[in-house]
Amino acid sequence: MSEVKAPSSRRQKQAIGEGPLTRAALLGVALVFLGLMLIAPLLVVFVEAFSRGFGVYIDALAMPDTMSALQLTLLVAAIAVPANLVFGVAAAWLIAKFDFKGKSFLLTLIDLPFAVSPVVSGLVFVLLFGANSALGPVLDDMGIKILFAVPGIVIATIFITFPFIARELIPLMQQQGSSEEEAAVSLGAGGWRTFFLVTLPNVKWGLLYGVLLCNARAMGEFGAVSVVSGHIRGMTNTLPLHIEILYNDNKAAAAFAVASLLAMLALITLAVKTLLEARFAGSLAAQRRH
Amino acid sequence: MTALAPDGARATRWRRRSVLPGFGLSLGYTIAYLSLVVLIPLAGLGIRSATLGWNEFWAIAFDPRVTSALELSFGAALVAAIVNTVFGVLVAWVLVRYKFPGRRWLDAAVDLPFALPTAVAGIALATLYAPNGPFGIALESLFGVKVGFTSFGVTMALIFVGLPFVVRTVQPVLEEIDRETEEVSATLGAGRWRTVTRVIMPGMLPAILTGFALSFARGVGEYGSVIFIASNLPYVSEIAPLLIVIKLEEHNYAGATAIATIMLVISFAMLFVINLLQAWSRKWFGHE
Repeated sequence: MSEVKAPSSRRQKQAIGEGPLTRAALLGVALVFLGLMLIAPLLVVFVEAFSRGFGVYIDALAMPDTMSALQLTLLVAAIAVPANLVFGVAAAWLIAKFDFKGKSFLLTLIDLPFAVSPVVSGLVFVLLFGANSALGPVLDDMGIKILFAVPGIVIATIFITFPFIARELIPLMQQQGSSEEEAAVSLGAGGWRTFFLVTLPNVKWGLLYGVLLCNARAMGEFGAVSVVSGHIRGMTNTLPLHIEILYNDNKAAAAFAVASLLAMLALITLAVKTLLEARFAGSLAAQRRH
Repeated sequence: MTALAPDGARATRWRRRSVLPGFGLSLGYTIAYLSLVVLIPLAGLGIRSATLGWNEFWAIAFDPRVTSALELSFGAALVAAIVNTVFGVLVAWVLVRYKFPGRRWLDAAVDLPFALPTAVAGIALATLYAPNGPFGIALESLFGVKVGFTSFGVTMALIFVGLPFVVRTVQPVLEEIDRETEEVSATLGAGRWRTVTRVIMPGMLPAILTGFALSFARGVGEYGSVIFIASNLPYVSEIAPLLIVIKLEEHNYAGATAIATIMLVISFAMLFVINLLQAWSRKWFGHE
Protein backbone atom coordinates (compact mmCIF):
# COMPACT_ATOMS: atom_id res chain seq x y z
CA MET A 1 0.00 0.00 0.00
CA SER A 2 1.53 3.30 -1.03
CA GLU A 3 1.87 6.28 1.29
CA VAL A 4 -0.59 8.37 -0.70
CA LYS A 5 -3.33 5.98 0.28
CA ALA A 6 -2.33 5.97 3.94
CA PRO A 7 -5.08 8.26 5.32
CA SER A 8 -7.85 5.95 4.14
CA SER A 9 -6.05 2.72 5.01
CA ARG A 10 -7.62 2.46 8.46
CA ARG A 11 -11.13 2.56 7.14
CA GLN A 12 -10.20 0.24 4.28
CA LYS A 13 -8.72 -2.26 6.69
CA GLN A 14 -11.99 -2.28 8.58
CA ALA A 15 -13.93 -2.84 5.43
CA ILE A 16 -12.00 -5.95 4.42
CA GLY A 17 -10.93 -7.30 7.81
CA GLU A 18 -12.89 -8.76 10.68
CA GLY A 19 -13.96 -6.71 13.69
CA PRO A 20 -11.72 -6.82 16.77
CA LEU A 21 -14.08 -9.19 18.61
CA THR A 22 -14.20 -11.67 15.76
CA ARG A 23 -10.41 -11.50 15.41
CA ALA A 24 -9.88 -12.16 19.10
CA ALA A 25 -12.37 -15.04 19.03
CA LEU A 26 -10.79 -16.69 15.96
CA LEU A 27 -7.29 -16.24 17.36
CA GLY A 28 -8.42 -17.63 20.72
CA VAL A 29 -10.01 -20.71 19.17
CA ALA A 30 -6.90 -21.37 17.06
CA LEU A 31 -4.58 -20.99 20.06
CA VAL A 32 -6.68 -23.23 22.30
CA PHE A 33 -7.02 -25.88 19.58
CA LEU A 34 -3.28 -25.94 18.79
CA GLY A 35 -2.41 -25.84 22.48
CA LEU A 36 -4.62 -28.79 23.38
CA MET A 37 -3.99 -30.87 20.25
CA LEU A 38 -0.30 -30.23 19.47
CA ILE A 39 1.52 -28.53 22.35
CA ALA A 40 0.05 -30.59 25.20
CA PRO A 41 1.26 -33.96 23.80
CA LEU A 42 4.74 -32.49 23.33
CA LEU A 43 4.84 -31.16 26.91
CA VAL A 44 3.63 -34.48 28.30
CA VAL A 45 6.66 -36.23 26.78
CA PHE A 46 9.09 -34.08 28.77
CA VAL A 47 6.99 -33.92 31.94
CA GLU A 48 6.65 -37.71 32.07
CA ALA A 49 10.31 -38.25 31.13
CA PHE A 50 11.44 -36.38 34.26
CA SER A 51 8.50 -37.46 36.48
CA ARG A 52 10.64 -39.96 38.40
CA GLY A 53 13.58 -37.62 38.67
CA PHE A 54 16.72 -36.96 36.72
CA GLY A 55 18.41 -40.19 37.90
CA VAL A 56 15.75 -42.44 36.37
CA TYR A 57 15.97 -40.38 33.17
CA ILE A 58 19.73 -40.92 32.87
CA ASP A 59 19.42 -44.60 33.83
CA ALA A 60 16.84 -45.17 31.08
CA LEU A 61 19.13 -43.59 28.49
CA ALA A 62 22.21 -45.45 29.71
CA MET A 63 20.53 -48.90 29.53
CA PRO A 64 22.43 -51.23 27.15
CA ASP A 65 19.19 -51.86 25.20
CA THR A 66 18.69 -48.11 24.74
CA MET A 67 22.27 -47.71 23.57
CA SER A 68 22.01 -50.52 21.01
CA ALA A 69 18.63 -49.16 19.83
CA LEU A 70 20.21 -45.73 19.40
CA GLN A 71 23.11 -47.22 17.43
CA LEU A 72 20.78 -49.15 15.15
CA THR A 73 18.59 -46.08 14.58
CA LEU A 74 21.64 -43.99 13.64
CA LEU A 75 22.92 -46.74 11.32
CA VAL A 76 19.56 -47.08 9.55
CA ALA A 77 19.28 -43.31 9.05
CA ALA A 78 22.91 -43.15 7.85
CA ILE A 79 22.05 -45.57 5.02
CA ALA A 80 18.47 -44.55 4.19
CA VAL A 81 18.95 -40.76 4.08
CA PRO A 82 21.93 -40.68 1.62
CA ALA A 83 20.20 -43.27 -0.59
CA ASN A 84 17.09 -41.11 -0.85
CA LEU A 85 19.20 -37.96 -1.17
CA VAL A 86 20.83 -39.22 -4.37
CA PHE A 87 17.44 -40.28 -5.70
CA GLY A 88 15.80 -36.99 -4.70
CA VAL A 89 18.42 -34.94 -6.54
CA ALA A 90 18.23 -37.13 -9.68
CA ALA A 91 14.42 -37.04 -9.72
CA ALA A 92 14.29 -33.28 -9.11
CA TRP A 93 16.80 -32.62 -11.94
CA LEU A 94 14.76 -34.81 -14.28
CA ILE A 95 11.39 -33.30 -13.43
CA ALA A 96 12.39 -29.65 -13.00
CA LYS A 97 14.79 -29.30 -15.93
CA PHE A 98 13.12 -31.36 -18.67
CA ASP A 99 9.71 -31.55 -20.31
CA PHE A 100 8.60 -35.01 -21.33
CA LYS A 101 5.48 -37.09 -21.63
CA GLY A 102 4.38 -38.96 -18.54
CA LYS A 103 5.94 -36.45 -16.14
CA SER A 104 2.86 -36.04 -13.96
CA PHE A 105 2.40 -39.82 -13.89
CA LEU A 106 6.00 -40.17 -12.70
CA LEU A 107 5.26 -37.60 -9.95
CA THR A 108 2.28 -39.64 -8.83
CA LEU A 109 4.46 -42.77 -8.67
CA ILE A 110 7.03 -40.92 -6.54
CA ASP A 111 4.20 -40.00 -4.14
CA LEU A 112 3.02 -43.62 -3.80
CA PRO A 113 4.76 -44.34 -0.46
CA PHE A 114 2.83 -41.42 1.10
CA ALA A 115 -0.42 -43.20 0.27
CA VAL A 116 0.61 -46.57 1.68
CA SER A 117 -0.02 -47.35 5.35
CA PRO A 118 3.27 -47.94 7.19
CA VAL A 119 2.05 -51.39 8.23
CA VAL A 120 1.24 -52.28 4.61
CA SER A 121 4.73 -51.07 3.60
CA GLY A 122 6.24 -53.48 6.11
CA LEU A 123 3.96 -56.28 4.94
CA VAL A 124 5.08 -55.76 1.34
CA PHE A 125 8.66 -56.63 2.33
CA VAL A 126 7.57 -59.56 4.50
CA LEU A 127 5.80 -60.98 1.43
CA LEU A 128 8.81 -60.27 -0.80
CA PHE A 129 11.53 -61.74 1.40
CA GLY A 130 9.55 -64.02 3.72
CA ALA A 131 10.03 -67.78 4.11
CA ASN A 132 7.14 -68.64 1.76
CA SER A 133 8.04 -66.14 -0.96
CA ALA A 134 9.94 -66.87 -4.17
CA LEU A 135 13.01 -64.98 -2.95
CA GLY A 136 13.00 -66.24 0.64
CA PRO A 137 14.45 -69.76 0.18
CA VAL A 138 17.06 -68.50 -2.33
CA LEU A 139 18.31 -65.87 0.11
CA ASP A 140 18.21 -68.44 2.91
CA ASP A 141 20.47 -70.80 0.92
CA MET A 142 22.89 -67.96 0.33
CA GLY A 143 22.92 -67.24 4.06
CA ILE A 144 21.47 -63.75 3.63
CA LYS A 145 19.04 -62.67 6.30
CA ILE A 146 16.84 -59.70 5.43
CA LEU A 147 13.66 -60.05 7.46
CA PHE A 148 13.89 -59.78 11.24
CA ALA A 149 17.39 -58.37 10.70
CA VAL A 150 19.02 -55.03 9.97
CA PRO A 151 18.74 -55.12 6.12
CA GLY A 152 14.93 -55.46 6.34
CA ILE A 153 14.72 -52.45 8.66
CA VAL A 154 16.89 -50.42 6.28
CA ILE A 155 14.84 -51.36 3.21
CA ALA A 156 11.51 -50.61 4.92
CA THR A 157 12.85 -47.25 6.10
CA ILE A 158 14.07 -46.36 2.59
CA PHE A 159 10.58 -47.16 1.26
CA ILE A 160 8.84 -45.00 3.88
CA THR A 161 11.16 -41.99 3.45
CA PHE A 162 11.45 -42.40 -0.33
CA PRO A 163 9.55 -39.23 -1.47
CA PHE A 164 10.70 -36.77 1.21
CA ILE A 165 13.76 -35.15 -0.39
CA ALA A 166 12.39 -35.37 -3.95
CA ARG A 167 9.15 -33.71 -2.83
CA GLU A 168 11.06 -30.86 -1.18
CA LEU A 169 13.38 -30.24 -4.15
CA ILE A 170 11.02 -30.62 -7.12
CA PRO A 171 8.78 -27.55 -6.49
CA LEU A 172 11.79 -25.47 -5.50
CA MET A 173 13.78 -26.31 -8.65
CA GLN A 174 10.69 -25.90 -10.85
CA GLN A 175 10.14 -22.45 -9.39
CA GLN A 176 13.75 -21.45 -10.11
CA GLY A 177 13.57 -22.53 -13.76
CA SER A 178 16.62 -23.52 -15.78
CA SER A 179 17.87 -20.26 -17.33
CA GLU A 180 20.93 -20.10 -15.04
CA GLU A 181 21.92 -23.66 -15.90
CA GLU A 182 21.37 -23.00 -19.60
CA ALA A 183 23.69 -19.99 -19.34
CA ALA A 184 26.35 -22.09 -17.61
CA VAL A 185 26.15 -24.85 -20.23
CA SER A 186 26.25 -22.41 -23.14
CA LEU A 187 29.38 -20.86 -21.59
CA GLY A 188 30.99 -24.31 -21.77
CA ALA A 189 30.46 -25.78 -18.30
CA GLY A 190 29.88 -29.53 -18.15
CA GLY A 191 26.84 -31.15 -16.56
CA TRP A 192 28.38 -31.93 -13.17
CA ARG A 193 30.11 -28.55 -12.98
CA THR A 194 26.81 -26.83 -13.74
CA PHE A 195 25.04 -28.85 -11.08
CA PHE A 196 27.60 -28.28 -8.31
CA LEU A 197 28.37 -24.61 -9.05
CA VAL A 198 24.96 -23.33 -10.22
CA THR A 199 22.08 -25.56 -9.15
CA LEU A 200 23.29 -26.78 -5.77
CA PRO A 201 24.00 -23.32 -4.28
CA ASN A 202 20.48 -22.25 -5.32
CA VAL A 203 18.71 -25.14 -3.62
CA LYS A 204 21.01 -25.86 -0.67
CA TRP A 205 18.62 -24.68 2.08
CA GLY A 206 15.65 -26.53 0.64
CA LEU A 207 17.88 -29.58 0.28
CA LEU A 208 19.00 -29.27 3.91
CA TYR A 209 15.41 -29.09 5.11
CA GLY A 210 14.48 -32.10 2.97
CA VAL A 211 17.37 -34.06 4.49
CA LEU A 212 16.31 -33.06 8.01
CA LEU A 213 12.68 -34.12 7.45
CA CYS A 214 13.79 -37.36 5.82
CA ASN A 215 16.13 -38.00 8.75
CA ALA A 216 13.45 -37.27 11.37
CA ARG A 217 11.09 -39.71 9.68
CA ALA A 218 13.82 -42.33 9.16
CA MET A 219 14.74 -42.25 12.85
CA GLY A 220 11.13 -42.16 13.98
CA GLU A 221 9.49 -44.73 11.68
CA PHE A 222 7.48 -47.21 13.68
CA GLY A 223 4.79 -49.18 11.81
CA ALA A 224 6.82 -50.47 8.87
CA VAL A 225 9.90 -51.20 10.98
CA SER A 226 7.76 -52.92 13.60
CA VAL A 227 6.44 -55.38 10.99
CA VAL A 228 9.84 -56.33 9.49
CA SER A 229 11.99 -56.22 12.64
CA GLY A 230 10.93 -59.19 14.75
CA HIS A 231 11.44 -57.08 17.92
CA ILE A 232 14.68 -58.74 19.03
CA ARG A 233 15.97 -56.76 22.00
CA GLY A 234 19.48 -55.43 21.55
CA MET A 235 19.49 -56.71 17.95
CA THR A 236 16.68 -55.34 15.78
CA ASN A 237 15.23 -52.74 18.08
CA THR A 238 15.24 -49.16 16.86
CA LEU A 239 14.43 -46.30 19.26
CA PRO A 240 10.68 -46.20 18.44
CA LEU A 241 10.38 -49.98 18.91
CA HIS A 242 12.32 -49.71 22.15
CA ILE A 243 9.84 -47.06 23.33
CA GLU A 244 6.96 -49.43 22.63
CA ILE A 245 8.59 -52.29 24.56
CA LEU A 246 9.37 -50.09 27.59
CA TYR A 247 5.84 -48.63 27.57
CA ASN A 248 4.19 -52.04 27.37
CA ASP A 249 6.46 -53.25 30.21
CA ASN A 250 4.90 -50.53 32.39
CA LYS A 251 8.15 -48.60 32.42
CA ALA A 252 6.43 -45.38 31.35
CA ALA A 253 9.09 -43.01 32.72
CA ALA A 254 11.84 -44.88 30.85
CA ALA A 255 9.71 -44.99 27.68
CA PHE A 256 9.20 -41.22 27.87
CA ALA A 257 12.91 -40.67 28.57
CA VAL A 258 13.78 -42.43 25.30
CA ALA A 259 10.86 -40.66 23.59
CA SER A 260 12.27 -37.30 24.72
CA LEU A 261 15.37 -37.98 22.58
CA LEU A 262 13.21 -38.31 19.46
CA ALA A 263 11.06 -35.35 20.54
CA MET A 264 14.21 -33.22 20.79
CA LEU A 265 15.20 -34.35 17.31
CA ALA A 266 11.76 -33.22 16.10
CA LEU A 267 12.14 -29.86 17.86
CA ILE A 268 15.58 -29.30 16.34
CA THR A 269 14.18 -30.14 12.89
CA LEU A 270 11.39 -27.59 13.30
CA ALA A 271 13.68 -24.94 14.78
CA VAL A 272 16.11 -25.24 11.86
CA LYS A 273 13.20 -25.00 9.44
CA THR A 274 11.85 -21.88 11.15
CA LEU A 275 15.27 -20.21 11.15
CA LEU A 276 15.86 -21.11 7.50
CA GLU A 277 12.46 -19.70 6.53
CA ALA A 278 13.10 -16.49 8.43
CA ARG A 279 16.52 -15.93 6.87
CA PHE A 280 16.08 -17.36 3.41
CA ALA A 281 12.42 -16.74 2.66
CA GLY A 282 11.64 -18.17 -0.73
CA SER A 283 14.52 -20.64 -0.84
CA LEU A 284 12.29 -23.24 0.80
CA ALA A 285 9.40 -24.59 -1.21
CA ALA A 286 6.17 -22.98 -0.10
CA GLN A 287 4.07 -26.08 -0.28
CA ARG A 288 4.88 -29.55 0.82
CA ARG A 289 3.08 -32.79 1.42
CA HIS A 290 4.10 -35.70 3.56
CA MET B 1 27.23 -37.36 -17.65
CA THR B 2 27.72 -35.63 -20.98
CA ALA B 3 28.50 -38.92 -22.66
CA LEU B 4 25.22 -40.42 -21.50
CA ALA B 5 23.07 -37.41 -22.21
CA PRO B 6 21.15 -37.46 -25.47
CA ASP B 7 22.16 -34.66 -27.75
CA GLY B 8 19.61 -31.83 -27.88
CA ALA B 9 19.38 -32.18 -31.65
CA ARG B 10 18.30 -35.79 -31.34
CA ALA B 11 15.47 -34.96 -28.98
CA THR B 12 12.63 -37.38 -29.53
CA ARG B 13 9.00 -36.40 -29.97
CA TRP B 14 7.99 -37.30 -26.43
CA ARG B 15 10.19 -34.69 -24.87
CA ARG B 16 10.91 -31.05 -25.55
CA ARG B 17 14.51 -30.38 -26.53
CA SER B 18 16.79 -28.87 -23.94
CA VAL B 19 20.43 -27.79 -23.91
CA LEU B 20 20.90 -29.18 -20.41
CA PRO B 21 22.69 -32.51 -20.05
CA GLY B 22 21.75 -35.40 -17.80
CA PHE B 23 18.30 -36.35 -19.11
CA GLY B 24 19.26 -39.96 -19.84
CA LEU B 25 21.16 -40.45 -16.60
CA SER B 26 18.55 -38.88 -14.31
CA LEU B 27 15.66 -40.63 -16.10
CA GLY B 28 17.43 -43.99 -15.95
CA TYR B 29 18.39 -43.64 -12.31
CA THR B 30 14.96 -42.35 -11.22
CA ILE B 31 13.09 -45.17 -12.97
CA ALA B 32 15.51 -47.87 -11.78
CA TYR B 33 15.47 -46.74 -8.14
CA LEU B 34 11.71 -46.17 -8.15
CA SER B 35 11.15 -49.66 -9.58
CA LEU B 36 13.48 -51.40 -7.13
CA VAL B 37 12.31 -49.65 -3.98
CA VAL B 38 8.62 -49.00 -4.65
CA LEU B 39 7.08 -50.54 -7.77
CA ILE B 40 8.44 -54.12 -7.65
CA PRO B 41 7.71 -54.60 -3.92
CA LEU B 42 4.17 -53.20 -4.35
CA ALA B 43 3.63 -55.40 -7.42
CA GLY B 44 4.62 -58.36 -5.22
CA LEU B 45 1.68 -57.57 -2.92
CA GLY B 46 -0.63 -57.38 -5.94
CA ILE B 47 0.58 -60.75 -7.26
CA ARG B 48 0.24 -62.41 -3.87
CA SER B 49 -3.26 -60.99 -3.57
CA ALA B 50 -4.19 -62.30 -7.03
CA THR B 51 -3.21 -65.85 -6.05
CA LEU B 52 -5.73 -65.81 -3.22
CA GLY B 53 -8.72 -66.40 -5.47
CA TRP B 54 -12.06 -64.62 -5.23
CA ASN B 55 -13.73 -66.89 -2.72
CA GLU B 56 -10.91 -66.75 -0.22
CA PHE B 57 -10.52 -63.00 -0.74
CA TRP B 58 -14.22 -62.25 -0.13
CA ALA B 59 -14.34 -64.61 2.84
CA ILE B 60 -11.57 -62.57 4.49
CA ALA B 61 -12.91 -59.20 3.36
CA PHE B 62 -16.39 -59.84 4.75
CA ASP B 63 -15.27 -61.34 8.01
CA PRO B 64 -17.12 -59.22 10.61
CA ARG B 65 -13.92 -58.42 12.52
CA VAL B 66 -12.27 -57.22 9.28
CA THR B 67 -15.24 -55.12 8.16
CA SER B 68 -15.57 -53.47 11.57
CA ALA B 69 -11.81 -52.68 11.61
CA LEU B 70 -12.04 -51.17 8.10
CA GLU B 71 -15.17 -49.24 9.09
CA LEU B 72 -13.37 -47.85 12.13
CA SER B 73 -10.24 -46.89 10.17
CA PHE B 74 -12.19 -45.15 7.42
CA GLY B 75 -14.89 -43.72 9.72
CA ALA B 76 -12.50 -42.27 12.30
CA ALA B 77 -10.26 -40.93 9.50
CA LEU B 78 -13.32 -39.25 7.95
CA VAL B 79 -14.39 -37.60 11.22
CA ALA B 80 -10.79 -36.54 11.93
CA ALA B 81 -10.43 -35.10 8.41
CA ILE B 82 -13.66 -33.09 8.83
CA VAL B 83 -12.50 -31.70 12.19
CA ASN B 84 -9.09 -30.93 10.68
CA THR B 85 -10.66 -29.17 7.71
CA VAL B 86 -12.67 -26.84 9.94
CA PHE B 87 -9.85 -26.07 12.39
CA GLY B 88 -7.08 -26.29 9.78
CA VAL B 89 -8.69 -23.56 7.65
CA LEU B 90 -9.21 -21.47 10.79
CA VAL B 91 -5.58 -21.91 11.88
CA ALA B 92 -4.33 -21.10 8.36
CA TRP B 93 -6.53 -17.98 8.33
CA VAL B 94 -5.20 -16.78 11.68
CA LEU B 95 -1.57 -17.48 10.68
CA VAL B 96 -1.86 -15.66 7.33
CA ARG B 97 -4.14 -12.72 8.18
CA TYR B 98 -3.36 -11.79 11.78
CA LYS B 99 -0.19 -10.38 13.28
CA PHE B 100 0.44 -11.41 16.86
CA PRO B 101 3.52 -12.10 18.98
CA GLY B 102 4.84 -15.64 18.61
CA ARG B 103 3.13 -16.16 15.26
CA ARG B 104 6.28 -17.63 13.70
CA TRP B 105 6.64 -20.20 16.49
CA LEU B 106 2.99 -21.14 16.30
CA ASP B 107 3.46 -21.59 12.56
CA ALA B 108 6.42 -23.91 13.26
CA ALA B 109 4.38 -25.87 15.82
CA VAL B 110 1.86 -26.81 13.12
CA ASP B 111 4.54 -29.06 11.57
CA LEU B 112 5.04 -30.93 14.85
CA PRO B 113 3.01 -34.01 13.81
CA PHE B 114 5.22 -34.30 10.70
CA ALA B 115 8.42 -34.29 12.75
CA LEU B 116 7.38 -36.11 15.93
CA PRO B 117 7.65 -39.91 15.57
CA THR B 118 4.27 -41.61 15.72
CA ALA B 119 5.25 -43.88 18.62
CA VAL B 120 6.20 -40.80 20.69
CA ALA B 121 2.91 -39.09 19.83
CA GLY B 122 1.13 -42.37 20.59
CA ILE B 123 2.37 -42.77 24.17
CA ALA B 124 1.95 -39.03 24.84
CA LEU B 125 -1.69 -39.06 23.67
CA ALA B 126 -2.36 -42.29 25.59
CA THR B 127 -1.08 -40.64 28.78
CA LEU B 128 -3.11 -37.45 28.22
CA TYR B 129 -6.37 -39.27 27.51
CA ALA B 130 -5.94 -42.10 30.03
CA PRO B 131 -8.73 -42.30 32.67
CA ASN B 132 -6.29 -40.79 35.18
CA GLY B 133 -4.64 -38.44 32.66
CA PRO B 134 -5.45 -34.70 32.60
CA PHE B 135 -7.59 -34.81 29.43
CA GLY B 136 -9.19 -38.11 30.39
CA ILE B 137 -10.34 -36.72 33.77
CA ALA B 138 -11.57 -33.47 32.21
CA LEU B 139 -13.51 -35.21 29.43
CA GLU B 140 -15.21 -37.63 31.79
CA SER B 141 -16.14 -35.09 34.47
CA LEU B 142 -17.21 -32.33 32.03
CA PHE B 143 -18.85 -34.29 29.21
CA GLY B 144 -19.11 -37.84 30.51
CA VAL B 145 -16.98 -39.03 27.57
CA LYS B 146 -14.98 -42.20 28.18
CA VAL B 147 -11.90 -42.45 25.97
CA GLY B 148 -10.85 -46.02 26.80
CA PHE B 149 -12.62 -48.82 24.91
CA THR B 150 -14.27 -46.45 22.42
CA SER B 151 -13.32 -45.10 19.02
CA PHE B 152 -12.93 -41.60 20.53
CA GLY B 153 -9.21 -42.07 21.21
CA VAL B 154 -8.61 -43.30 17.67
CA THR B 155 -10.23 -40.14 16.30
CA MET B 156 -8.21 -37.86 18.58
CA ALA B 157 -4.95 -39.48 17.44
CA LEU B 158 -5.95 -39.11 13.78
CA ILE B 159 -6.78 -35.43 14.32
CA PHE B 160 -3.24 -35.00 15.68
CA VAL B 161 -1.49 -36.63 12.69
CA GLY B 162 -3.72 -35.08 10.02
CA LEU B 163 -3.89 -31.41 11.06
CA PRO B 164 -0.74 -30.12 9.27
CA PHE B 165 -1.94 -31.47 5.91
CA VAL B 166 -4.90 -29.06 5.84
CA VAL B 167 -3.01 -26.05 7.21
CA ARG B 168 -0.03 -26.52 4.88
CA THR B 169 -2.21 -26.98 1.78
CA VAL B 170 -4.53 -24.03 2.50
CA GLN B 171 -1.92 -21.56 3.82
CA PRO B 172 0.04 -20.84 0.59
CA VAL B 173 -3.20 -20.36 -1.39
CA LEU B 174 -4.57 -17.98 1.22
CA GLU B 175 -1.33 -15.99 1.09
CA GLU B 176 -1.71 -15.50 -2.64
CA ILE B 177 -5.32 -14.34 -2.64
CA ASP B 178 -5.69 -10.86 -4.06
CA ARG B 179 -7.04 -8.52 -1.39
CA GLU B 180 -8.53 -6.26 -4.05
CA THR B 181 -11.37 -8.66 -4.79
CA GLU B 182 -12.29 -8.48 -1.11
CA GLU B 183 -12.24 -4.69 -1.25
CA VAL B 184 -14.45 -4.74 -4.34
CA SER B 185 -16.86 -7.09 -2.62
CA ALA B 186 -16.98 -4.85 0.47
CA THR B 187 -17.40 -1.72 -1.67
CA LEU B 188 -20.33 -3.31 -3.47
CA GLY B 189 -22.03 -3.71 -0.12
CA ALA B 190 -21.35 -7.30 0.85
CA GLY B 191 -20.98 -7.94 4.55
CA ARG B 192 -17.82 -9.59 5.86
CA TRP B 193 -19.41 -13.01 6.23
CA ARG B 194 -20.82 -12.82 2.72
CA THR B 195 -17.41 -11.78 1.32
CA VAL B 196 -15.66 -14.64 3.09
CA THR B 197 -18.15 -17.32 2.08
CA ARG B 198 -18.97 -16.10 -1.44
CA VAL B 199 -15.69 -14.50 -2.61
CA ILE B 200 -12.77 -16.04 -0.71
CA MET B 201 -13.87 -19.59 0.01
CA PRO B 202 -14.75 -20.63 -3.59
CA GLY B 203 -11.18 -19.82 -4.69
CA MET B 204 -9.77 -21.86 -1.84
CA LEU B 205 -12.05 -24.84 -2.34
CA PRO B 206 -9.58 -27.01 -4.32
CA ALA B 207 -6.88 -26.46 -1.68
CA ILE B 208 -9.32 -27.21 1.13
CA LEU B 209 -10.50 -30.40 -0.59
CA THR B 210 -6.89 -31.46 -1.22
CA GLY B 211 -6.00 -30.89 2.42
CA PHE B 212 -9.08 -32.84 3.49
CA ALA B 213 -8.16 -35.75 1.19
CA LEU B 214 -4.52 -35.82 2.35
CA SER B 215 -5.56 -35.74 6.01
CA PHE B 216 -8.10 -38.52 5.39
CA ALA B 217 -5.60 -40.68 3.47
CA ARG B 218 -3.01 -40.34 6.22
CA GLY B 219 -5.57 -41.21 8.90
CA VAL B 220 -6.73 -44.39 7.19
CA GLY B 221 -3.26 -45.96 7.28
CA GLU B 222 -2.07 -44.54 10.61
CA TYR B 223 -0.77 -47.07 13.13
CA GLY B 224 1.85 -45.84 15.62
CA SER B 225 -0.02 -42.94 17.17
CA VAL B 226 -3.28 -44.91 17.46
CA ILE B 227 -2.42 -48.27 19.00
CA PHE B 228 -1.39 -46.95 22.42
CA ILE B 229 -4.51 -44.83 22.96
CA ALA B 230 -7.06 -47.15 21.34
CA SER B 231 -7.11 -50.10 23.82
CA ASN B 232 -7.51 -52.21 20.64
CA LEU B 233 -10.74 -53.98 21.49
CA PRO B 234 -11.89 -56.15 18.54
CA TYR B 235 -15.10 -54.83 16.90
CA VAL B 236 -14.82 -51.58 18.91
CA SER B 237 -11.44 -49.89 18.73
CA GLU B 238 -9.32 -52.19 16.58
CA ILE B 239 -8.03 -50.39 13.46
CA ALA B 240 -7.34 -52.12 10.14
CA PRO B 241 -3.51 -51.71 10.21
CA LEU B 242 -3.43 -53.34 13.65
CA LEU B 243 -5.50 -56.24 12.34
CA ILE B 244 -2.85 -56.73 9.61
CA VAL B 245 -0.17 -56.93 12.29
CA ILE B 246 -2.26 -59.42 14.28
CA LYS B 247 -2.81 -61.62 11.19
CA LEU B 248 0.94 -61.52 10.49
CA GLU B 249 1.74 -62.56 14.05
CA GLU B 250 -0.66 -65.51 13.56
CA HIS B 251 1.26 -66.30 10.31
CA ASN B 252 -2.00 -65.74 8.45
CA TYR B 253 -0.36 -64.20 5.37
CA ALA B 254 -3.50 -64.57 3.22
CA GLY B 255 -5.55 -62.58 5.73
CA ALA B 256 -2.94 -59.85 6.06
CA THR B 257 -2.55 -59.61 2.27
CA ALA B 258 -6.30 -59.34 1.66
CA ILE B 259 -6.79 -56.51 4.20
CA ALA B 260 -3.69 -54.71 2.89
CA THR B 261 -4.99 -54.98 -0.69
CA ILE B 262 -8.34 -53.45 0.22
CA MET B 263 -6.62 -50.57 2.02
CA LEU B 264 -4.15 -50.08 -0.83
CA VAL B 265 -6.80 -49.95 -3.54
CA ILE B 266 -8.79 -47.34 -1.61
CA SER B 267 -5.64 -45.32 -0.84
CA PHE B 268 -4.57 -45.30 -4.49
CA ALA B 269 -8.06 -44.17 -5.49
CA MET B 270 -7.65 -41.33 -2.96
CA LEU B 271 -4.25 -40.41 -4.42
CA PHE B 272 -5.80 -40.34 -7.88
CA VAL B 273 -8.57 -38.01 -6.67
CA ILE B 274 -5.99 -35.73 -5.00
CA ASN B 275 -4.05 -35.48 -8.26
CA LEU B 276 -7.22 -34.70 -10.20
CA LEU B 277 -8.06 -31.98 -7.68
CA GLN B 278 -4.64 -30.43 -8.09
CA ALA B 279 -4.80 -30.56 -11.88
CA TRP B 280 -8.24 -28.93 -11.67
CA SER B 281 -6.89 -26.31 -9.29
CA ARG B 282 -3.93 -25.53 -11.59
CA LYS B 283 -6.26 -25.20 -14.54
CA TRP B 284 -8.87 -22.92 -12.98
CA PHE B 285 -7.01 -21.07 -10.29
CA GLY B 286 -3.42 -21.11 -11.54
CA HIS B 287 -1.97 -22.53 -8.35
CA GLU B 288 -1.58 -25.90 -6.67
